[in-house]
Amino acid sequence: MKKKIFITAGYNTISLGTGRKEFNPKKERPGLEHYVKEAGSEVLKRIGGAINVDETVISNFNAAQYNNQGNLPGYAPFIDNDLKYKPSTRVEGACGSGGLALATSIKFLLSEESEVILALGVEVQNTVKAVYGADYLATAGWWKDRKDGHAHFFPGQFSDRAGKYYEKYGKEYTRKGMIQWYVNAINNARLDDTAQEYHNTDYNLSQTASIEPSGKVFVDNLTVYDCSKVSDASSAIVVLTEEGLKRCNIDIKDAVEIIAFAQSEDDITTKPEDPTRLLTTENAVKKALKMAGITKEQIGTVEAHDCFSIAGIMAIEAIGFAEHGKGPEFVLNGNTAHNGIIPFNTTGGLIGWGHPVGATGIHQAVTMWQQLTEKAGKAQISLNNDKPYGMTINMGGDDKTVTVIIYKKL
Amino acid sequence: MNYDERLSNVSVLGAAGKMGSGILLLTAVEMADLSFKKDNGNLTFILNAIDISDKALAGLLEYVRVQSRKIAEKKINFLREIYADNHTLIYNNEIIDDYIHRVLAIIRPSTLIESTYNSNVIFEAVNENPNLKIKLIKQIDENSNTNPWFFTNTSSVPISYLNEKGDLDGRIIGFHFYNPPAVQKLVELINGEDTVSDLNTFALEYAKKLRKVIIHSNDIAGFIGNGHFMRDALLGIRFLNELKSDYGFPEALYVVNKVSQDFMIRPMGIFQLVDYVGIDVCMYIMEVMNPYFNEENIHSDLLDQLFERGVKGGQNSDGSQKDGFMKYNKGRIIGIFDYYNNTYVDYDAVSKKMDLVIGKLPNNHIIWKEIIKVKDRDDLLKTYFENLSLDRTLGSIIAKKYMKGTREIGLKLVEQKVAKTERDVNDVMLTGFFHSYGPINNFLPWEEI
Repeated sequence: MKKKIFITAGYNTISLGTGRKEFNPKKERPGLEHYVKEAGSEVLKRIGGAINVDETVISNFNAAQYNNQGNLPGYAPFIDNDLKYKPSTRVEGACGSGGLALATSIKFLLSEESEVILALGVEVQNTVKAVYGADYLATAGWWKDRKDGHAHFFPGQFSDRAGKYYEKYGKEYTRKGMIQWYVNAINNARLDDTAQEYHNTDYNLSQTASIEPSGKVFVDNLTVYDCSKVSDASSAIVVLTEEGLKRCNIDIKDAVEIIAFAQSEDDITTKPEDPTRLLTTENAVKKALKMAGITKEQIGTVEAHDCFSIAGIMAIEAIGFAEHGKGPEFVLNGNTAHNGIIPFNTTGGLIGWGHPVGATGIHQAVTMWQQLTEKAGKAQISLNNDKPYGMTINMGGDDKTVTVIIYKKL
Repeated sequence: MNYDERLSNVSVLGAAGKMGSGILLLTAVEMADLSFKKDNGNLTFILNAIDISDKALAGLLEYVRVQSRKIAEKKINFLREIYADNHTLIYNNEIIDDYIHRVLAIIRPSTLIESTYNSNVIFEAVNENPNLKIKLIKQIDENSNTNPWFFTNTSSVPISYLNEKGDLDGRIIGFHFYNPPAVQKLVELINGEDTVSDLNTFALEYAKKLRKVIIHSNDIAGFIGNGHFMRDALLGIRFLNELKSDYGFPEALYVVNKVSQDFMIRPMGIFQLVDYVGIDVCMYIMEVMNPYFNEENIHSDLLDQLFERGVKGGQNSDGSQKDGFMKYNKGRIIGIFDYYNNTYVDYDAVSKKMDLVIGKLPNNHIIWKEIIKVKDRDDLLKTYFENLSLDRTLGSIIAKKYMKGTREIGLKLVEQKVAKTERDVNDVMLTGFFHSYGPINNFLPWEEI
């Protein structure tokens, strides 16, 4: 990259939805404004105020349907009057929107138009029941596939992937790995008080998740424990240059450097060429590693896009930590756990922390910033000096819109 | 006439009532599902919702609209399959909306009994008044063009009696839903002496399609459910009468209600349950049952007296609880009836005072809401009841006696051949009343109590 790019001052609201004690589907809940304001203001407070910000990038998937709200750039001045008349841009790439916001921010910085950018993601999904929300989420796939798709469209898509994976590598073996993925996700979420599963007190998670998938009650090859939840949340972070760091008076130890980013896109009208692999993710990972000039062995932690446990396992294989078909074993052997050789999703990921669709990519960056600046509290992992890098993978749709970012501890 | 043809024209009597509305909803949904079958293209599905009140019928359609949405949401996978060939309806909400329209379009609300004369099946869910039931059945049967089959939701009147008085030649069966029918899984199926076997076969298929759990009860007044519940209520009243001289009426009422809920791990106390069903309804049921049991007196002066004072319990049309033994606010108990002063006293004050007298719950107590989630809960219950057995508090002493009483009621139902087996009695209490254990059990050393 022609300039050094950093992130700092990350903040997550709680991820509200089933599982949180505060969540009551029968009572009125906070809306977009609440989340945007909380995350945005908290971040601005830490960088000397909105006066230091040149522009805002907001990521969101589908406020038009969930919240009857379009034109989201207008929420920037709502956060702080000092953002009034400054540029604001909304980006959308389904569940990969947050990654796009970060990539867009980086590009704006590299274009030298700005030095300090507020990147904020938000999604408020609990406005409708899951059965109707499934239709909104389905627009992340090709609209012409909706009619033949499952009632719960995306669980249906990844159920098909899981089914093919079972066929190729064995169902029982794969299920064991997926169940362990769930157990890790909840255990990690219990370490972060903003996580949706933070209040989970089930001490027999493995048994809980060991129910047999059933197409009659849900989808053929996944159980609800294989799925991320419906979440309301916002995450925000500041993406900035060296000049930006100085302007905001940020100590370098409170920042993390972004040393590489890669975007890969696949044709939304096509089906996966190989349903047992995340080919777009593989492509983006490869490009990012090349840009960073590092090997996967130098990566100390990963935030993977585990919208479904099978996607988490396929992400391990896409990076190359395990050969194809060996992902479940890699998880079962404890490698991805909090104290494993390569901790994944240290605050629970999408299954444990929550999946506020358009905010997820930013949430991953916030988690990475917390870990690499040792601000992760109870969730803090210890990083070896020879592995000072972190990677986030944010995926929109069925492996269509992928952004991979590599971060360096300073 | 096959099952689908038979069910193509049905009438529900008392359709806007508590039970009738649920029966109407489930039947409308079943008919809507049948209407999708290709072979049924030539059938017009008609469900007459008959009630005496126009206003209540208007409210009924709103109830069906709301409830059928909930049902449709739950079976969205099934609906997407059914609508697979309809390329104009793509999204879940479009399919669900269309399905609700389909359900509602089947229903024909009417206050005219004549509307039933072409129905193949008449579902009777009017008040628990044998004469009213007979009058309606006779009128329909005499004027019907179809020689219909009658389903009665009676919870107490013997089917053979209705058959005889209605001159039906066995064209009637007892099909007793539990309240609310849309939620409760249990149906008591009662064949009269002459019930035709095809009707029984049809009833079993209908129950299966509605995913109900069938328990066969013999044709003896009250059947299993009310056979147990009415005697259970009388048992509670007996304890109340025994305790009231020592503690006062509202205090004794509190004790028995509390013990029968918390100490006995039931979903609600016995007097709250009577309020839920209705003091008036319980009275009617006892009146129906009493003549059939010579050696017992299934009757309560207290219920009569409360009824005379206008204390009736039951529910308002919006589903909220009316005041009965207890006073309610948004489903929460806030007052408790003082019989001698004919007023409600503050529930919390009585609770504060009497909880000390009742004593603490025995060790290893688990509240009903939690234990009901545990599938294999016998060991948990066993441990708790062992502690209760050793306990000497007032609460535990009453609980032991009460449980012994309900056990005897259960055994008597088998002895009187109301229930075929002890298991049937327990199953009715588990599935119909949501008890966490059946009354016929070995949790306590019965002979020592």
